[in-house]
Amino acid sequence: MSLRLSMPELGLKKRRHSFDEVALGYSAEQAIAEAKRCLQCASIKSRNIKAECVRGCPTETDIPRFVKYVSEGDFDSAIEVIKERNALPAICGRVCPYENQCEKLCILSKKGEALAIGGLERFVADHERKKNIKVSKKAETSGKIVAVIGSGPAGLTTAADLAKLGHDVTIYEALHEVGGVLMYGIPEFRLPKEIVQAEVEYVKRLGVSIQTNVVIGRSIGVEGLLEKFDAVFIGTGAGLPRFLNIPGENLNGVYSSNEFLIRTNLMKAYKFPEYDTPIKIGKKVAVIGAGNVAIDSARVALRLGGEDVCIIYRRSEKEMPARAEEIKRAKEEGIQFKLLTNPVRIIGDEGGWVKQIECVRMKLGDSDKSGRRMPIPIEDSEFTLDVDTVIIAIGQSPNPLISKVTNGLKTTRGGAIKIDENGRTSLEGVFAGGDITPGTATVIEAMSAGKRAARAIHEYISR
Amino acid sequence: MHKIITKKEIAPAVKLFEIKAPLVAKKARAGQFVILRIDENGERIPLTIANFDAQRGSITIIFHEVGKTTKQLGGLNEGDNIADIVGPLGNAMVSKKYGTVVCIGGGVGIAPIYLKIKAFKRAGNEVISIIGARTKELLILEEGIRKTSDELYIATDDGSKGHHGFVTDVLQELIDTKKNIDLVLAVGPVVMMRAVGNVTKRHGIKTVVSLNPIMIDGTGMCGACRVTIDGKSRFACVDGPEFDAHLVDFEELMNRQRIYLDEEDVALQKFEDHKCH
Repeated sequence: MSLRLSMPELGLKKRRHSFDEVALGYSAEQAIAEAKRCLQCASIKSRNIKAECVRGCPTETDIPRFVKYVSEGDFDSAIEVIKERNALPAICGRVCPYENQCEKLCILSKKGEALAIGGLERFVADHERKKNIKVSKKAETSGKIVAVIGSGPAGLTTAADLAKLGHDVTIYEALHEVGGVLMYGIPEFRLPKEIVQAEVEYVKRLGVSIQTNVVIGRSIGVEGLLEKFDAVFIGTGAGLPRFLNIPGENLNGVYSSNEFLIRTNLMKAYKFPEYDTPIKIGKKVAVIGAGNVAIDSARVALRLGGEDVCIIYRRSEKEMPARAEEIKRAKEEGIQFKLLTNPVRIIGDEGGWVKQIECVRMKLGDSDKSGRRMPIPIEDSEFTLDVDTVIIAIGQSPNPLISKVTNGLKTTRGGAIKIDENGRTSLEGVFAGGDITPGTATVIEAMSAGKRAARAIHEYISR
Repeated sequence: MHKIITKKEIAPAVKLFEIKAPLVAKKARAGQFVILRIDENGERIPLTIANFDAQRGSITIIFHEVGKTTKQLGGLNEGDNIADIVGPLGNAMVSKKYGTVVCIGGGVGIAPIYLKIKAFKRAGNEVISIIGARTKELLILEEGIRKTSDELYIATDDGSKGHHGFVTDVLQELIDTKKNIDLVLAVGPVVMMRAVGNVTKRHGIKTVVSLNPIMIDGTGMCGACRVTIDGKSRFACVDGPEFDAHLVDFEELMNRQRIYLDEEDVALQKFEDHKCH
């Protein structure tokens, strides 16, 4: 049996009221010991055979090679290997669902536990950041200029890859901070903002210039950008919060997860009144949904003083889309899970504040298109829960602003920008990737889309 | 960073700033707004673009010092910088020829109607303006509005100038005595906009109001500014800020504006304490 070294974590008591990072990372000794478990499955380039773990990595990082360096204590070489493929390793080492990607395919998992690839990536990235981040080699200046819209994981990756190829890149960001969902969405205790900013700094040092507070589609249009730039990449993400469309959703005390997390993460409402943006949290909090954003919202609510925090989800535990690791931590922290439960309406008091939520019990029927079993309401099973804060975390739709004001940019019925396998949109010279396009959901998928688009943009502007 | 070029106190606790913001000024249209954040610890607040000058690369904002952020903003001086300004946000007004348009501004809501009056005039409308405030000192931009409008009526709550009472009294009288009114536009406190809507609904006059709910990003991301229009949820930042007054759920809007009253007090108290020491 080969068991992986578990990563040290912040004690449960401390977690309850602190936004400090929960996972603490390996020490050098631990990282070396863990890395030595790697079987060093071979990749044979000439025959296009890749190690299983590499096949599972959306950015195709050469995992066995970087892990070998770690096992030898050569962390500087390890990070160089990662950065050949991935400009944001400290971020990926924290939020990547490696258990469904590289680690899922790890041979060790067949006879024990998979190698902690994510933990090792995080370790080498943190090791480098503590010293001084080295800037990768860049190609000679090409004289071509590219505009990137949005500074989330897709935009940052596209920009970094293009800058390394010698192109002059400008990122336009609508908010006042750089990082998109990494800044406004993912909470501090899962992804410290200082780490996001250090990786943003790395992208800047590659020569990328970043302009904040510019809303493309309002301040400048895509057509305007095309007059000046050789190519445009759209990575504006899934900005539009979805609601349940049930009565009572506009009562005071009902938040979209976007608003709840933007207030907390981007505007630092957890430090009110040192920071000006307030947030209102009751004692009894219900979070609707069971994805990563829902789990994040529940854990934030707990840290802000929620005493009774529950997740309400219409399917069963098996179908919950959130990462297993985060669900486990949420449970440890005391988050309740009300499964097979669906809200029907939110009930307010005379003052217009949330008082109760009425739900119906569900059972699972046949599988739907996503392969998950369909939840069906059980007749006459309605019941109410007393709550004073409700957070709706049932997903986001693509940000509609740019597609609404850009002629000829084709979208799906759901509002996502249509692209081909290389990230090309229906407009010449305009590429897109990440949550603004169909089918993306995670940081690493957005980065992978950014890499594909960067390759296609490079080809397009070098033709 | 955005430098404050001009600062004027145009009424007690009402300030006018002309601010360098070339990118906003270039694209701004009547009816749009900006979101600003004073500094690193600041909140993001929406403010209507009261005027813009693409050539000077500047925009003008007018605000009433009521809470912590507006008081802190009012304390800044010419030459000082504002950390973040983003815009122009929201949809521009539709300024076509309607015929006779009545423009109503209440309190600091007078500021946003000035550009709209000009736009309505340019589109060939007859514009009758009504401005109202608590007392005569708070009647801002009176001269400009008088010059631009075909007729100007004034109402003050205390009777210190013009009609002693509400702008809706004047509106009702206009409707009773005047020929046809084709459109009414109202910007001001929610109670005023609701009252205007109630008056015009009885007479079937199309009425547009510009809503000012709590906002954070201003680009459609957070949903804090959702308002119920004709039974459906809309985001004021991207679907508005102008809506048909007869379809707005004003009760809900007023309620949602009150969410953070306690926290606003805390923030203001801390700010004033800090100033005294």
